[in-house]
Amino acid sequence: MRDSVVMHEDRPDTAPGAGPVLELAGVRKTFDGFVAVERIDLQVAEGEFFTIVGPSGSGKTTLLRMLAGMEHPTEGDIIVRGRSVRHLPPNKRPTCLVFQSLALFPHRTVGENIEFPLKMRKVPPADRRVRALELMRMVRLPEGYYAKNVTKCSGGERQRVALARALAYDPEILLFDEPLSAIDYKLRKTLEKELKDLHKETGKTFIYITHSLEEAMVMSDRIGVMRGGRLVQVGTPEDIYTRPTDRFVCEFMGEVNVLPVVAADGAYVCAGLTGRFTPPPGGPQPPKGFIVVRPEFLHFVEDDDTTTENVIVGTIYNEYSLGSRMQYQVRVGDKTFIVEQSRRHACSGAPDRPVRIGWHARDAIFVAE
Amino acid sequence: MATDMLEAPAPSETAPRPAPGSRALAFLSAGARCALPVYLLLAVGFAAPLVAVVAFSFATPRSFDVFATFTLENYATIFDPANTVWLSFAWSLGFAAFTVALLAVVAYPIAYGIVHLFGRWSGLVGILFVFPLFISENVRLFGWVLFFIRNGVLDGSLKALGTDGGPDVLFTPGMILFGMVYTYLPFMLFPTVLGLSLVPRDVVDAALDMGATRLQAWREVELPLAMPGLLIGMLLTFVLAAGAVAEAKVLGGQSVIVITHDIEIAFTYSQNWPLGSALAVLLMLIIGGLTLAALSRLDLDRILGRK
Repeated sequence: MRDSVVMHEDRPDTAPGAGPVLELAGVRKTFDGFVAVERIDLQVAEGEFFTIVGPSGSGKTTLLRMLAGMEHPTEGDIIVRGRSVRHLPPNKRPTCLVFQSLALFPHRTVGENIEFPLKMRKVPPADRRVRALELMRMVRLPEGYYAKNVTKCSGGERQRVALARALAYDPEILLFDEPLSAIDYKLRKTLEKELKDLHKETGKTFIYITHSLEEAMVMSDRIGVMRGGRLVQVGTPEDIYTRPTDRFVCEFMGEVNVLPVVAADGAYVCAGLTGRFTPPPGGPQPPKGFIVVRPEFLHFVEDDDTTTENVIVGTIYNEYSLGSRMQYQVRVGDKTFIVEQSRRHACSGAPDRPVRIGWHARDAIFVAE
Repeated sequence: MATDMLEAPAPSETAPRPAPGSRALAFLSAGARCALPVYLLLAVGFAAPLVAVVAFSFATPRSFDVFATFTLENYATIFDPANTVWLSFAWSLGFAAFTVALLAVVAYPIAYGIVHLFGRWSGLVGILFVFPLFISENVRLFGWVLFFIRNGVLDGSLKALGTDGGPDVLFTPGMILFGMVYTYLPFMLFPTVLGLSLVPRDVVDAALDMGATRLQAWREVELPLAMPGLLIGMLLTFVLAAGAVAEAKVLGGQSVIVITHDIEIAFTYSQNWPLGSALAVLLMLIIGGLTLAALSRLDLDRILGRK
């Protein structure tokens, strides 16, 4: 990757892994009094695939635009390899953003698009072409596309062109603003995997934003969950999945069952439900909080089952086929629980018949209020 | 089913009978029938006068023997080396070229402001640029005469302030150019606004993000993408300016005779319609030729991103 043709001359020759490549120190951004991003401290390691996940309006795009230099922080500092870039315009920063709209140049061919950063750096045309074809191979674009107009390319092909163009800039950090959001499911899955491969191949630091935690889980080394301009949790996909720190992170992961509970004699009770619930073993047990159970950890409890600590009785009022699995909506009082089981463990009960559902204490997550 | 078919009347070999009245035009498609009134209007109002002008240009000089005589004498007169009418062509085309060049330079920053900078004030700016169009062009031009004339608004005010008075600019070619730029600014401005508003902001941001300087981003991305609008404005103002006559007559005080003024003289004062027609035909050919040459040099499809 360290091609002499495309290298930034002023780049310090830091070995990978020597300290964070990117550091945010108390970065804050307000627009006319509205706080878009609230005091973010973050360190991203060299070569990391870091994904920021959050619903729309959580400030993730503003944060990314600050990294690219299209917005400037109201407070705080952005440091790339020990050097503050806070006051640098986008064209002086070692970052490159892949826009949600891709922002390809519609009046140029695929080759001209990819060569654009090199042309701006006054690289001779012959060298540019060599590099562009090399990058096209890397992103799996056929060589014949070199002279094709970008407006004639399909959605997936345009993604690849945008990616190759960003790589041609040879940035320290590649930034992605939900580039896959407008792509259909099947192609998105392919491109996610390719992007992950490309990350490995180039060894560059990727910072990716998305509103889909699923997408983040597939690709990322670490994930930061954003809400209301704050990073509410930063961790590996495993951390986020198994140890979410609050209710928002839990619910952001999709359909989960959340029970608001209060402590009572070493166990917990939930208003509107009969029975006492055992919290997951280990960890502190505050007086109030939420017990969170994923649909796949809720199961139907047979009469001879004695190992399931937490059992509730309700009625099935809906069932859906999810292909390999079945999903049931079980009503208990005014609450609805979602149960997902493989077809082998499907419930044979008829609708409106009482069923017993339950979960093992070790499968639940307890989050404080 | 089969028996029903037998009892039903045999299917007619001809197409369904058209409604009475439309039968005469039945050979035309529905689209052609709808467009017919427009074609008729254009034939009567546009093509016929054009044919008349072309025919007149081949008629005996100083006569009205249109369609009855054929001679190249009018064209011979124009191309006679002793004739100085080529000067009028040169003035007209020169003024038009300079007007377009100046307008492009003047209109671009204003259009950029309207699209990107003025925010909610851009609407008002746009209206203020349209407003003068509600007043007759001649009235506005005479207004400028009053402004620049000796002892007029500018000169008189400066003298009252104890200076030597304003510059003597009236009735000069420079003044004519000023008048043309002034008159045709809206016709350049709005196509330019359209062109600039077609440039996605992300695309310019992306160019800047990938190392382009502001100048590079403008030259490589913004200008080419805004070009369709600019080109429409430039063609429009070139054609208008090449056919302009009032600026030269009013602000130029007839110090310069432009070609449209020559044509007007031929049709009115000298009552030589054939010569006037020949000049008009020549002007049309020149403007048409230049326009087509400009269009073919600029690859519109490529500018518009279709290939």
